[in-house]
Amino acid sequence: MSEKVIYAMYDDDDVLKDGAKKLVAKGIKVADVFSPFPIHGIDPIIGVQNTRLGIMAFLYGITGTTIATLGMRYFMIGDWPMNIGGKPNFTYLDNILAFIPVTFEFTVLCAAHGMAITYLLKNKTLPGMPASNPDPRTTDDKFVMELRMSENSGFTAEEIQDLLRSTGVIEIDQKEVK
Amino acid sequence: MHKESAIREPLILGHKTYHEITEDVCKPIEDKAPRAWYVLFAIALIIAVYGVGCIFYLLGTGIGVWGLNKTIGWAWDITNFVWWVGIGHAGTLISAVLLLFRQKWRMAINRSAEAMTIFAVFMAGTFPLIHMGRLWLGYWVFPLPNQFGSLWVNFNSPLLWDVFAISTYLSVSLVFWYIGLIPDFATLRDRVKRPIPKKMYSILSFGWSGRAKNWNRFELVSLVLAGLATPLVFSVHSIVSFDFATSVIPGWHTTIFPPYFVAGAVFSGFAMVQTLLLVMRKGMRLENYIHTRHVEYMNIVIMVTGSIVGVAYLTELFVSWYSGVEYEAYAFINRATGPYWWAYWSMMTCNVISPQLMWIRPLRRSLYFTFFISIVVNIGMWFERYVIIVSSIHRDYLPSSWSMHYPSHIDIGIYLGTIGIFFVFFLLFARFFPVLPIAELKTILKSSGESYKNAPDTHGHHDHDNTAHGHDQSQLGTENTNNH
Repeated sequence: MSEKVIYAMYDDDDVLKDGAKKLVAKGIKVADVFSPFPIHGIDPIIGVQNTRLGIMAFLYGITGTTIATLGMRYFMIGDWPMNIGGKPNFTYLDNILAFIPVTFEFTVLCAAHGMAITYLLKNKTLPGMPASNPDPRTTDDKFVMELRMSENSGFTAEEIQDLLRSTGVIEIDQKEVK
Repeated sequence: MHKESAIREPLILGHKTYHEITEDVCKPIEDKAPRAWYVLFAIALIIAVYGVGCIFYLLGTGIGVWGLNKTIGWAWDITNFVWWVGIGHAGTLISAVLLLFRQKWRMAINRSAEAMTIFAVFMAGTFPLIHMGRLWLGYWVFPLPNQFGSLWVNFNSPLLWDVFAISTYLSVSLVFWYIGLIPDFATLRDRVKRPIPKKMYSILSFGWSGRAKNWNRFELVSLVLAGLATPLVFSVHSIVSFDFATSVIPGWHTTIFPPYFVAGAVFSGFAMVQTLLLVMRKGMRLENYIHTRHVEYMNIVIMVTGSIVGVAYLTELFVSWYSGVEYEAYAFINRATGPYWWAYWSMMTCNVISPQLMWIRPLRRSLYFTFFISIVVNIGMWFERYVIIVSSIHRDYLPSSWSMHYPSHIDIGIYLGTIGIFFVFFLLFARFFPVLPIAELKTILKSSGESYKNAPDTHGHHDHDNTAHGHDQSQLGTENTNNH
């Protein structure tokens, strides 16, 4: 099913932010914003939730710590206890100091890669994925606001366009998308 | 938005717009490469091919072709390894530590510094791999099940910690670098006209679209990766120093090594960044983005870390006497006055005296002088590792086995070869990749761009949002324009 989408283009991030604030105050839902760099402060205005990737990073990190600890305990204490210079290590705790560096490195390894992979998957950015920005200039110096008519059933397209014109927009485009 | 004092020089000179930033960074990639690039690339390639030839000769014949002997079992290989890892410390330090400290000047240099890091760590990794002799068994350093031998790898050994530290550092730096590159590849994808580059950049950009949510995640991921990479940077060179510090060799067996190695690594890494960027900014006409202010800041880092290194040298010297261990004392007397005195005093001159010149403001703001010192520091830091490694082991506990190390032409060939390979990679990076972070630079244009910084406030958006509590955009702006 196709629906009407309005793309409003701005040439300044602050103008777009003020515009978005104005529209939202009128009860219009802004579906998304495409920009060449992060616009600070836009997320609360258009209702984008803060990401929880930080929590994921912590969980991946803890997983790494656990794997490293259990792994070294098995290798060095359980499976083949090493007798180094006549100083055998019968328990993990006896030998824990020597295991700190690898535990730390493995924690960082898991946290960083786990988070990076989750980030790429959540963003749907993977090698060969098609880009979905409405205009190639949004990766250069233009900022585009996306408004979906299905989310703004209380307004007609003309009303929204009139409102947009009062916010310093430079181009308005209306498209049918699936 | 962050407000910067009006008396500071702008970070972006010239009256740039967002579009001009894109133009300035993308133009050198889209245009034909200048003749100088081809000349440099050809030179680097010839040296690289020679180095690869030497590596093949080494692998085919065995590490007996190095100038090692029974007493000196470690010389240029580990020296070069530590030197390259040290150089590889600046990139992640710049992008991670300076990100945590909100140092905006990092944005002009972080991309190429990270590229430098990654290529330098590649070069570093080459040495432990080829010194195994049988390169194809290199995977034995990982804890693999026991059919490969009777034992697991030894997790008590700093050499194994190194395996984990270097591979984590390399892969995390690579991910950090690439995540920053994705939006800039998208910019290139949307600009280039020719079909093959367009296809390449659209694959490299992973379909980045720049949605608000994407940027929200981007910023958090950058911050968390920076938080993870910061202790990582410090841990990596600490662990490299454990290779020596946990041994019982006089001259190596010192607790000062971890901080001293980390400071030395940052010192040499920043010097290499200066060497590369001073040439790159000229060649790619990026003088508006990387200018005296950036160079001066990096010189201050070089000065501070150079001073830490200097203090460490003197501390080491003092403790060797104060400890009352005669072997330890002899190791240091031998360094300074023995057959390797020239290496020791080159190290002292290059690393202790030269950074102190940076106290003089006109010198640290002089680009030619900076370039000269950056080369001196790189030479000095190579000698530091050579002194620590060779001078400590060439006269061991048994005078009958005292010996000297003379590098073979294969030693020299492989070392020069890694420099060649490094420059091949770096020149390819400068040719095809956005060498400045385009997206990040745009975020500081309004707070630190020349045309915005000291201009009267024309937008009048004082009420913007909860992130901008307190600091109004350009209230101070008009008062002080003396830095134009």
